[in-house]
Amino acid sequence: MTTAELLAQDPGWLIGVKALLVFVICVVSTLMAVWTERRVLAKMQLRTGPNRVGPAGLLQSLSDGVKLALKEDIIPAAADKVVFIIAPIIATAMCFMSFAVIPMTGIVSIFGHKTALQLTDLPVGVLYVLAVTSIGVYGVVLAGWSSGSTYPLLGGLRSSAQVISYEVAMGLSLVAVFIYAGSMSTSAIVDSQHQHIWNAVVLFPSFVIYVISMVGETNRAPFDLAEAEGELVGGFHTEYSSLKFALFFLAEYVNIIAVSALATTLFLGGYHALPGLGFTEQWLGGWFTFIWFLLKVNFFFFIFMWLRGSLPRLRYDQFMKFGWKVLIPFSLVWILIVATLRVLQQQNAPRVAIIAFAAGVVILVMGASSLFERNKEKVRNTDLPAGEAPNFPVPELPHVQSINVSGGK
Amino acid sequence: MSDFIEKKSSGEIDINSVPFTEVDQPGPASLAQQAKGFWVTFSTMFKKNQTVQYPDVKAPTQPRFHGRHQLNRHPDGLEKCIGCELCAWACPADAIYVEGGNNTPGNQMSPGERHGAVYQINYLRCIFCGLCVEACPTRALTMTNEYELADDKREKLIFEKEDLLAPLRQGMLAPPHPMYPGMTDTNYYNGDVKEAHPSQVEK
Repeated sequence: MTTAELLAQDPGWLIGVKALLVFVICVVSTLMAVWTERRVLAKMQLRTGPNRVGPAGLLQSLSDGVKLALKEDIIPAAADKVVFIIAPIIATAMCFMSFAVIPMTGIVSIFGHKTALQLTDLPVGVLYVLAVTSIGVYGVVLAGWSSGSTYPLLGGLRSSAQVISYEVAMGLSLVAVFIYAGSMSTSAIVDSQHQHIWNAVVLFPSFVIYVISMVGETNRAPFDLAEAEGELVGGFHTEYSSLKFALFFLAEYVNIIAVSALATTLFLGGYHALPGLGFTEQWLGGWFTFIWFLLKVNFFFFIFMWLRGSLPRLRYDQFMKFGWKVLIPFSLVWILIVATLRVLQQQNAPRVAIIAFAAGVVILVMGASSLFERNKEKVRNTDLPAGEAPNFPVPELPHVQSINVSGGK
Repeated sequence: MSDFIEKKSSGEIDINSVPFTEVDQPGPASLAQQAKGFWVTFSTMFKKNQTVQYPDVKAPTQPRFHGRHQLNRHPDGLEKCIGCELCAWACPADAIYVEGGNNTPGNQMSPGERHGAVYQINYLRCIFCGLCVEACPTRALTMTNEYELADDKREKLIFEKEDLLAPLRQGMLAPPHPMYPGMTDTNYYNGDVKEAHPSQVEK
């Protein structure tokens, strides 16, 4: 029985319980994530991090949240009031919605009912996630626009441009997974990995592209240009305060957890145990798979923190160049290769043909990269032709109109 | 005009008259070098962190740390402050207010003729530069290592004389009391007085 059939048998009350569970998991893991991030980042910087509220500072983010909610809520006079209020709601709601199709456990029993901890299983589940996150961008754009202020507008434009560009790369990296698994349903992709091998191994380039673009997609360091404090104050949420700001904050972290969960589902075998530890999946009546799921999600979350602790922020043009000129062309070529291999496999082509194709691709890539390197070397070694040096205007000096600063020898 | 730019009749500077050094542009770092940065942050997680758990653990300051001021006493308990206001004049932040008063036979607060009747330091203004300590002619004003000077009311941060005076130690007697019999203020200044006179202590 597939997961979709299993979930179709859920009675109405169970769907309600699961929806509540998903919501609670998201909110609690956000609270934990904020605390974990602050502690781990502190460790990376020889600090301790929050350790005073509750045991080991665990309640710090809870008290911060309560404080935030009790603060004065300011709506700027220049703001478009309705849109200003709707924007954070859109951003947050969409983040939660993307969690609906993530399979978090194997078959477990909830109140005596055999089911899986997954709210619903769409045949196009991953596309649904991409669609919902795209709608989440509206929250950001509308927040920037409705604030009636310059910095939020620029920040909102920046982060929406960023999310949209990186979503292209992300979508392309997922295509390879669809081709390989033969399905767009999250649970089917998890099953196909369970039968064969993790997609992170077979489709390693896709995995790398996904991990890079998920950081770009969530506006996190080193791609947090939308909130570049030195340039744009807080970006799109500059004018937000109190509960509305808290909603954006919540959305950011739920989004991080959602993309990590999607990465777990698509590349790291979902809720299944590590290879060789399959017997643990039966522990706690199947609920142990949820622990595996959380472990894998936290692995990705650690990568987020590690990046934030290690890398400086990118410049906006470098960031866009990287997305459009490196990630997207690279994933397009990679998809072509994967698709060809897949077709060869399905047509039962002789092993020799497959190996020959793979070898051909490797030789092509090596040749192209060496040509590229040589060209780069050539450009570096080229001297500027004499007499074509640029002239730069200088402040007015007696008898001097311009100064020539190019390299003469 | 700087040395190397010569005036040219044509109005243009010849590039050859400007000293030029070629700078090698470094290419992108190798992948191994880039990974090194990640190793730095990762390995730091397992090092001992430097945080002092402040309210629970208080790290001692350096002995010469500029903390709260203290108005010192002579060994017999008389105040060293003579109300000269030199500290107030030295203060660049205008944080000190002093009013001098006369010492009378019934009200001898310090050796000699004058004592500080009112002495206030405003810690909202004080910048802890220590110029007041340098200005003090009798070593009445020094600084302690106490640095916990935060409070919730502005008024509480104007310290009065009682807040600043050094506590009475062994052999000291709270002023006002007469000077040590047979001693002058110069004797006090030279450190000849070691303790309060026994006859005063008995009273």
